[in-house]
Amino acid sequence: MKKVMSLVLALVLVALASAVVADEGKVLNIWCWNDEFQSRFNDYYPGVAEIAADKSTTTLKNGVVVNWVINPNADNNYQNKLDEQLDKQFDGQLADDEKIDIFLIEADYALKYVADEASLDVRADIGLADADLADQYDYTQKIASADGVLKGVTWQATPGLFAYRRSIAKDVLGTDDPAAVQEALSDWDKFNAVAEQAAAKGYKMLSGYDDSYRTFSNNVSAPWVTGDTATVDANIMKWVEQTKDFTDKGYNNKTSLWSAEWAADQSAEGKVFGFFYSTWGINFTLVGNAGEAGFGDWAVCYGPQPYYWGGTWICAANGTDNVETIKDVMLALSADKDILKKITLDTQDYTNSISGMSEIANDPEFGSDFLGGQNHVALFLEAAQKIDMSNISAYDQGCNEKFQQAFKNYFDGNATIDEAKAAFETAIKEQYPVITTVVWPE
Amino acid sequence: MHSMTAMRKKKKGSSISYAKYGYYFIAPFFITFILFQLIPLASTVYYSFFSYFRDGRKWIGPTFAGLANYQYLFSTDLPRYLGNTLILWLIGFIPQILISLLLAAWFTDYRLHLRGQAFFKTVIYMPNLIMASAFSMLFYTLFADSGPVNGVLRLVGLTQEGAPIRFFASILGTRGLIGLMNFLMWFGNTTILLMAAMMGVEASLFEAAEIDGCTPTQIFFKITLPLIRPLLIYVLITSMIGGLQMFDVPQILTRGSGDPMRSAMTMIMYLNSHMFSRNYGRAGAVSTVLFLICGILCVVVMRSLDTDRKEAKKK
Repeated sequence: MKKVMSLVLALVLVALASAVVADEGKVLNIWCWNDEFQSRFNDYYPGVAEIAADKSTTTLKNGVVVNWVINPNADNNYQNKLDEQLDKQFDGQLADDEKIDIFLIEADYALKYVADEASLDVRADIGLADADLADQYDYTQKIASADGVLKGVTWQATPGLFAYRRSIAKDVLGTDDPAAVQEALSDWDKFNAVAEQAAAKGYKMLSGYDDSYRTFSNNVSAPWVTGDTATVDANIMKWVEQTKDFTDKGYNNKTSLWSAEWAADQSAEGKVFGFFYSTWGINFTLVGNAGEAGFGDWAVCYGPQPYYWGGTWICAANGTDNVETIKDVMLALSADKDILKKITLDTQDYTNSISGMSEIANDPEFGSDFLGGQNHVALFLEAAQKIDMSNISAYDQGCNEKFQQAFKNYFDGNATIDEAKAAFETAIKEQYPVITTVVWPE
Repeated sequence: MHSMTAMRKKKKGSSISYAKYGYYFIAPFFITFILFQLIPLASTVYYSFFSYFRDGRKWIGPTFAGLANYQYLFSTDLPRYLGNTLILWLIGFIPQILISLLLAAWFTDYRLHLRGQAFFKTVIYMPNLIMASAFSMLFYTLFADSGPVNGVLRLVGLTQEGAPIRFFASILGTRGLIGLMNFLMWFGNTTILLMAAMMGVEASLFEAAEIDGCTPTQIFFKITLPLIRPLLIYVLITSMIGGLQMFDVPQILTRGSGDPMRSAMTMIMYLNSHMFSRNYGRAGAVSTVLFLICGILCVVVMRSLDTDRKEAKKK
């Protein structure tokens, strides 16, 4: 009897399982540029049943197999590959299981995909309700919306802070208390004054040319590109002025973002006062670069100007045959307060749940060992409210990259400021043929 | 006699033509050539007359633009990158040909009779076996601001702590390193080619010259060099065509930027940046110009080889 029972049960299970899969595609193709989302997905999505040894696929409990397609981001590579595949998808050249189901995008070019038919409406097509989305940061929805239609959701919010070395702050300012350090760095004039003090003691204020870039480029008065004209904001020219000044006076170490020297400046041997970093930068990049020896020697403060940096959005691709699974993934990884809180508690990443983050921010027990027990979530909570997304454009990635690249020549002394401007104009017109005019501030 | 011609005629008429089998055998090559080379080539040239690019997810064009792409290229950046390519090639080629000639002369000199030749030939050829991109990565790491080269310079007291030589921030450093890499990668190959040419020279000529009292320098300039001229021209032209297509070494060393101030931006890197921004019109125009230059160089090499053959016949 038992045998019969278990057989019947097994049959029912099989029937159920196949019923779930029957009206959905068996393969969920997810396109992304690094393993950040992959690890969040594998670790925190409750529907995960099994992960392949080489991590190339993840099998879900409903039988769907997630296929990870990872293409590096630099030089437009990810976008070009994604565009090609989407073109094929819309031309009907792909079988159902080859079609992209989910693709990820970054803030710097989000509009390109959000304003396009490539992405599906999160509410109307996927079926997320307003109530599901209510606890998310409004700015994260603004970035992923075009004409009021929400096209993508994210598990993180990415306000930026200034992370500094406690030991160096003590030596230079006589204190490492975040409130006191913030007081000393609260505007750019004070920041520059501290840079001078630090240099006198043999330290560098910043590591390289690009470190403070985002704090300037996020506080602009108009979008980078409108129509066929790129407009360089006066605030970005302030970055040029400051960076040239820092370089000539020896306040920085002349490194470039992501270079080996830049990473080394964050290690225990580094002599750099601090780094501008947003949420993921602290738990993902800085912790890795600082190493064991850095634990307890870092702290965060707001810095001279509020800014945000980065962030990854989940979009459902037009043509997907896995709407139900996508809905479940989006709900779990962008709207489930418990999961999001757990991510923050485990990884110190800052997640997209206002109420969840407030709870952690007000929890006296919570603190980061890396930051010497400081509750950084409290600072992020404050900084996240100041994020202003009104001036993003679809061309930000190229504009930011080419601008930094062109002015590196000026900082290195290989070009005059006018030559660097001309170099930027050449590069940006090359990258975006649609841009024909570049306007500089008076 | 009459009957024989008739017979011959008959035989000719009834003979089976085997020529068609020849065509069958070469057909696969021509079919792949047409499909994968000629058609893409034609469409590249075709699109070079159009304005055709991507703006975000949208395609703009193709709209006919006449010679606008060419006009743009020649009035702005193309001559500069052509110049860069030439300079980068020369920086590598001049030491390469000089060292290779010297090494080849030493290796083939029967009086010197160098020992361990096989070992040296293997060693000097080695850099060519490494993938150019890997070689470039290696140099990027070696000569980085905090790399081993700067570490050694500081240890021996040539630079100060905290003030490394920033090779990639100077035009001389960047171009010099690219030249050095190209030299290292190719001098072994050239040496072996030149050795083959020198060993082809009649040994009795050297002996006769020596008996007549020639110095080794005279032998080299009056006998060796003139006799290996065809191969020298071959080396020059193939190296020039290779130089025109220079891409991976500077691309990786400068992270695709060609900086400082694009002084290391080659023609192919420029083409690549248009391809990456999906600007098919302008990329097509750059390709067409490159194709024409390579074509002209090929004609030159064919001509020069031809005249050599004719001269040889006259003698």
